[in-house]
Amino acid sequence: MKRFAFATVSTLAVVAGSSVLAGPQAEVLHWWTSGGEAKSVAVLQEEFAANGGSWTDMPVAGGGGDAAMTALRARVLSGNAPTAVQLKGPAIQEWYEEGVLADISSVAEAEGWADVLPASIAGHMKCEGTWCAAPVNVHRVDWIWANADVLAANGIEMPTTWDEFNAAADKLQAAGVIPLAHGGQAWQDATVFETVVLGIGGPEFFQKALVDLDPEALTSDTMVQVFDQMRTLRGYVDENFSGRDWNLATAMVMNGEAAFQIMGDWAKGEFLAAGKKPGEDFLCASTPGDGYLYNVDSFAMFDVEGDDKKAGQDLLAKLIVAPNFQKVFNLNKGSIPARTDVALDDFDICANLSAEDMGSTSDAGSLLPSYAHGMALRGSQSGAITDVVTAHFNSDMSSADAVQQLAAAVANSY
Amino acid sequence: MTDLSMPQSQTEPRSQSAVGKVALRWLLYVLLGLFALYYLMPLFVMLTTSLKSLEEIRTGSLISLPREVSFDAWKTAWSGACTGIQCEGLRPYFWNSVLIAVPAVAISTLLGALNGYVVAHWRFKGANIIFSLMLFGCFIPFQVVLLPMARLLGMMGIAGTIPGLIFVHVIYGLGFTTLFFRNYYVTIPSELTKAARVDGAGFLRIFWSIFLPLSLPIIVVTVIWQFTQIWNDFLFGVSFSQAGTQPVTVALNNIVNSTTGVKEYNVDMAAAIIAGLPTLLVYVVAGKYFIRGLTAGSVKG
Amino acid sequence: MSEWLENHLPKVVLAPSFIAVLIFVYGFIGWTAWVSLTRSKLLPKYEIKGFIQYERLFDSPRWDTAINNLYIFGALFIVIAMVLGLLLAILLDQKIRVEGAIRTIYLYPMALSMIVTGTAWKWILNPGLGIESMVQGWGFTNFEFDWLVNPDYAIYTIVMAAIWQSSGFVMALFLAGLRSVDGEIIKAAQVDGIPTWRIYTAIIIPSMAPIFLSAFIVLAHLAIKSFDLVIALTGGGPGYATDLPATYMYAMAFSRGDIGQAASSAMIMMLVVFAIVVPYLYSELRAKND
Repeated sequence: MKRFAFATVSTLAVVAGSSVLAGPQAEVLHWWTSGGEAKSVAVLQEEFAANGGSWTDMPVAGGGGDAAMTALRARVLSGNAPTAVQLKGPAIQEWYEEGVLADISSVAEAEGWADVLPASIAGHMKCEGTWCAAPVNVHRVDWIWANADVLAANGIEMPTTWDEFNAAADKLQAAGVIPLAHGGQAWQDATVFETVVLGIGGPEFFQKALVDLDPEALTSDTMVQVFDQMRTLRGYVDENFSGRDWNLATAMVMNGEAAFQIMGDWAKGEFLAAGKKPGEDFLCASTPGDGYLYNVDSFAMFDVEGDDKKAGQDLLAKLIVAPNFQKVFNLNKGSIPARTDVALDDFDICANLSAEDMGSTSDAGSLLPSYAHGMALRGSQSGAITDVVTAHFNSDMSSADAVQQLAAAVANSY
Repeated sequence: MTDLSMPQSQTEPRSQSAVGKVALRWLLYVLLGLFALYYLMPLFVMLTTSLKSLEEIRTGSLISLPREVSFDAWKTAWSGACTGIQCEGLRPYFWNSVLIAVPAVAISTLLGALNGYVVAHWRFKGANIIFSLMLFGCFIPFQVVLLPMARLLGMMGIAGTIPGLIFVHVIYGLGFTTLFFRNYYVTIPSELTKAARVDGAGFLRIFWSIFLPLSLPIIVVTVIWQFTQIWNDFLFGVSFSQAGTQPVTVALNNIVNSTTGVKEYNVDMAAAIIAGLPTLLVYVVAGKYFIRGLTAGSVKG
Repeated sequence: MSEWLENHLPKVVLAPSFIAVLIFVYGFIGWTAWVSLTRSKLLPKYEIKGFIQYERLFDSPRWDTAINNLYIFGALFIVIAMVLGLLLAILLDQKIRVEGAIRTIYLYPMALSMIVTGTAWKWILNPGLGIESMVQGWGFTNFEFDWLVNPDYAIYTIVMAAIWQSSGFVMALFLAGLRSVDGEIIKAAQVDGIPTWRIYTAIIIPSMAPIFLSAFIVLAHLAIKSFDLVIALTGGGPGYATDLPATYMYAMAFSRGDIGQAASSAMIMMLVVFAIVVPYLYSELRAKND
């Protein structure tokens, strides 16, 4: 009898417990679906579960988040917004202006985010003074990757100016190596373009041209030079580049078919997956010139009903910025933590270089948002620029025409 | 039946015509074979790639037979590939697609049959206008309807659910299903309906006991068409689903289209073939009836 | 009461579908027209600002390319798919031994979505991976087939893949048509010694006019909606050389957060559809009214 009573009570306790423990809930819309990425996000999910939360996964890959954004619009319009969404750059503020984002300032202040995030990155996470998004990582975009053996065999150093790069490329071409591995997709053309803008124009010019959209900068001689260099680069690319996926371009560097690739640090993942060692088999350096172009992934929380979901948002925001997740996630993903107080001993030399440069450029004011990866401009504006860049790169348009079209396209994009 | 294989002219010398005929037959088969190659080429590439190891894909030619056949990629695609945090392959999503496609095909076919029956045999004033308005609906680009549809689904309370997706597919399938059945039913003599009415049969009874039994060929055509459209749909699937209701095309896209991850082409291809298997199967099994159904319905266009 | 119901049952049966179409097609077209007059960005807004979006649209070189591509693509795709479909149907109609198998081979591409077959096509057409390198590997080193990566020719690769996908279906339509031509007339013509090609051009093909119309409508609808195809094969590239109105609209609405602009391009697309479909509907109605 006693036993029976005990069993009843404990059953009741479990029942009662489970209803209280409905706990934090989160439905998370993101576009990290490949093996390595999925493992990285799974870390977050495990921590979330360990803290009593239940995570519902809503992955939508494709087009660098385009498909996910389509789904997001439909979800918001139907009044059924996901709890948390992978969002980045000015898109965060755009969604905030539509009045659909939740305020996570209480978490941010309790956790002291302002003290551990570089100011320019923190700026992206705020909407009119309140915190509205949590940063996950920092990808550096202005990387140039190289095959160490190919460079050594041709007696070439990592270039530090675009002239050096051109000289090296001529030499490689003469030796029958493809100088630049490139995939002709609009976003990849834009990626190369912005590193050239940074290298030739310098950080201030980059800020004026691609962040402030200053018409003078857009039509300046410097911009003409940038397009000239793009035309030169076009000559260093094999004839077959059009539509190629970026990872196939990386493979060309890996197997020595090509010498260089300009791509963000997700390319490192491809090298590592193929068992290549940084510093030995492949080299990483910033593209010629000063400055640092960042691409920060982050999560924004949408306005939802229900305390369990709100609790989920707070918990998620807290865990995303906490040192443990920042470290584990970025070790997997090839990027570096957004917060500056995470020890980088376990990270490779490329990541350490990235972190070092992020610190120094942050101080020098040359830590800049990547336009090609949606960090600097609203979608319609960056899209208008990309249209011109990719049209120029894939045709015989003159640099002067390109500059005119660029200014016209930007003016037409408001 | 057209029989054009018989000698064209009886006046020609027999032997010469026989030689010419054999040569012509050969030419015919060679032509048909060449076209078959053209149609099979992409499937061939997909199949061989799915059976290769990633190493072989990286190093070898894409249009070559696998050196070592391995079914690992198929296993991964079905039950191990990552489509997000879960790495359970296509399997869970496959079932969602079935839950969406089967009712949506059934409902839109039934409605199309009823509508076609009305438009073809119970014409009232304005029926033609209604029919042409419905037909025009076939042509609306689906990208146009995404946002207002999302709004309405939200108001109806079925946003993100499987019934919501079924609803959307039924609505945008109506134009074509109605067209198919109308074109088929107009070939049925209206005397049949008249006679049945004289005998006292009503609207539904005539449909049920006269039209439906005659409809098998066109039902096959409609079901094939609708099933293909709905199973292969990505745009509606990605926009009007939420976690747990995503169809297989969305999962396939998640496997194939990851932007910054490492690409496993063999798994991609295996996943693509698996996702396409149900529709392929339908075409292979029911293809014969498809032509027959079209034959039955196409006389009057 | 029940008599009323019996009399009006046809209308009652048709009503739900009709109302649904009114709301979900025409209501939404109206909605799009409205939004195309606003400055909607990320989400739709309803404050009318005039024709600014149309001005922006016609100022955009990319839209010019997209519309031109639609003409090139649409014309080539429809004509070639029809001719090829008819040719294949005639070839298959010659009492072929393995007709069932060949028919299935020609028809299967329709079953697969381009998300599925796009990557394979991309590889086949890629000069470094596919046909060009294969033929060069056979020793024909001068062989060139670089349409996919050539901005001036890339649109034709889209045509090729689209024809691959749809010509089998057109073949099926025509085959069905050939099978329903009255055999007696043909026998009579053969007895009269009329050559085969004349029988086709003078008797069989003219009798299939309604099928040409059906095929045209199916193909036109596919051409206008072509979207997956471009995304999977070229992503609109090189540059934006293979953009079509449907991909332009999608890019504006969903990757660029420029919904007003997307709506204006959608309205122009609808106008094109209207211009094609209304004559067809008109002829359909005329035929029905005799």
